[in-house]
Amino acid sequence: MQSPVTEIKLVAIGDVDRELIEYLSLTLPGTFGARCVLSATELNPRAAYNETRRQYHSTQLLQQLHDMAGSGCGKLLGVTDVDLFIPIFTFVFGEAQVGGSCALMSAHRLHQTFYGLPDDRALLFERVEKEATHELGHAFGLAHCPDFNCVMRFSNSVEEVDLKASDFCRLCEPKLRQMPDATLAARC
Amino acid sequence: MEPTRARILIVDDEAVVRDSLGDWFRDEGYECDTAESAKVALEKLTHGSWDIFLLDIRMPGIDGLELQRKLKEAQPDATVIIMTAYASVESAVEAMKQGAYDYIIKPFNPDDLEHTIQKAVERKQLVSENQQLRTKIDELNLLHEIVGTSAATRRLLEQVAMVSASDTTVLVRGESGTGKELIARAIHANSGRRYMPIVVVNCGALSEGVLESELFGHEKGAFTGAQYRRKGKFEMADGGTLFLDEIGDIGLKTQVDLLRVLEEKKIFRVGGNVEIPVNFRLIAATNKNLETMISEEKFREDLYYRINVFSITIPPLRERREDIPLLADHFLKKFARGMNRPLMKLSSEAKEVLTNFEWPGNVRELQNAIERAVLVCQSAKIMAEDLPLKMNHANGNAAGRSLAEIERLHIKRTLEETGWNIYRAARLLEIDRVTLYNRIKKYGFKREAIDPRAGSKAS
Repeated sequence: MQSPVTEIKLVAIGDVDRELIEYLSLTLPGTFGARCVLSATELNPRAAYNETRRQYHSTQLLQQLHDMAGSGCGKLLGVTDVDLFIPIFTFVFGEAQVGGSCALMSAHRLHQTFYGLPDDRALLFERVEKEATHELGHAFGLAHCPDFNCVMRFSNSVEEVDLKASDFCRLCEPKLRQMPDATLAARC
Repeated sequence: MEPTRARILIVDDEAVVRDSLGDWFRDEGYECDTAESAKVALEKLTHGSWDIFLLDIRMPGIDGLELQRKLKEAQPDATVIIMTAYASVESAVEAMKQGAYDYIIKPFNPDDLEHTIQKAVERKQLVSENQQLRTKIDELNLLHEIVGTSAATRRLLEQVAMVSASDTTVLVRGESGTGKELIARAIHANSGRRYMPIVVVNCGALSEGVLESELFGHEKGAFTGAQYRRKGKFEMADGGTLFLDEIGDIGLKTQVDLLRVLEEKKIFRVGGNVEIPVNFRLIAATNKNLETMISEEKFREDLYYRINVFSITIPPLRERREDIPLLADHFLKKFARGMNRPLMKLSSEAKEVLTNFEWPGNVRELQNAIERAVLVCQSAKIMAEDLPLKMNHANGNAAGRSLAEIERLHIKRTLEETGWNIYRAARLLEIDRVTLYNRIKKYGFKREAIDPRAGSKAS
């Protein structure tokens, strides 16, 4: 069964590598069965900046995306390269409203160079796709999955992002296809 | 059966901490409740029980230390974890002296938080009771993916069953596309390590320096730019299985390092001086002739003997032709289901073409041929014409064109056939999605009309 959601809109937040967004716009339609468009409007993350932590408050950015979203049966994915946090965690790779209209992901800690290793663009693209799929999976109503190989597995670190596949496991995949929009709650 | 889950009570006067942590734990499969003060927590204790208590050390009224004392009086085996800010680490240490299990510092590093909770839960022997996870993984033993009735396939299944039960190192040999990773995953899924991850490393894809860091990890400050500690694949595979694909491609220096790890079962992260014990089962794979490489001094003999304890050789598809119709049927069902197509059949001519083909790319090539046929076939019966042209010996239309031109046309046609489904197109082309994206950029392809029907993804 196809998901009733027909459109995923990608929103650049701050200075983001355009090729990353373009890559997502090509790969996400196959995964979610929805067409993917680039938003003409960008989001400035400045208001969510926290001086003390020198990071950007993920939930505040998600709220700004939510304000942008309006009504309709589409999903909004914010893509940023700034470092995200929520108050209880040192960082998050992304955040989403479960069954809601918005999801957000950051490439900041997905670069090999962040860990002092040589740049690897292919690996970066692969990680970005995984995290974008993971957060959008939440927006489509999916919870975390215990399968090490499933993209809905929670990742505490980039090593764990590398461990999982870019796709849904055979239990999450059918759930995605049948998921009605659930109640809103933020998930990382 | 509903699994037994750890029950956690979070006591903190800050709503944001209670809500976020509560959601996080519930999401991770724990049962969780919250209390905004010690008074409320003690009330809750009278009509419920918890395995783990997470207590904020600074709260108005009764503070975390005092609450810990009261909790321990009421429930001596309570596991208490103290939450604290950097400024009050000293009081956290005091709490530990009074019997707290551990403390965590706000804001939490997600990895540390999960680690702390898992340790606490493991102590209560609850993780091993996660029946739900086990049932799910038990279903995924992957043996049904190894299809065939030939003597060679039966022998393969026997070998997988035999070696899975032990913890022996396995060397999987076979031509490209024969399914070496599938055999490794099946061994893992049927072994005692199946509840832990299988970590796959393609040794051929990484340069020697990067491979070392990937395998061993590094400490913060190990080299310029290493701002964070990073775990290597050896550590990630702890408790599970490490699958080293294309082991014949690793350099001599890394071979020495690998041999040491296999013998000592301990590693040092790059730049680290703490010995880290690792416990993984090794499965290695290669399509190279390691014996020849040894005689050419490109592969160490001692490493060869260390990894070649139990060897499984997967025969090429052309040597087990009787499996081809069964395999074709298996893939046909799989892709028809994935693309929401009705039940499909192979015509007798198509079956003959498939059975007589040489299959240089082995099972992977057969899988791709069937996937493409399901995509292009208009009826419920796959005809010989629906199969890739080269099988029908009619590839003359490419004559006179350059390699780049053939590549360009082939990619373009595959994108059109799959309705620009990058996932499926990349698999048919046997390249990763990022490489396909780079080719799309290189040749300047544009999707003409966006068609959401392109989205149904094969399983």
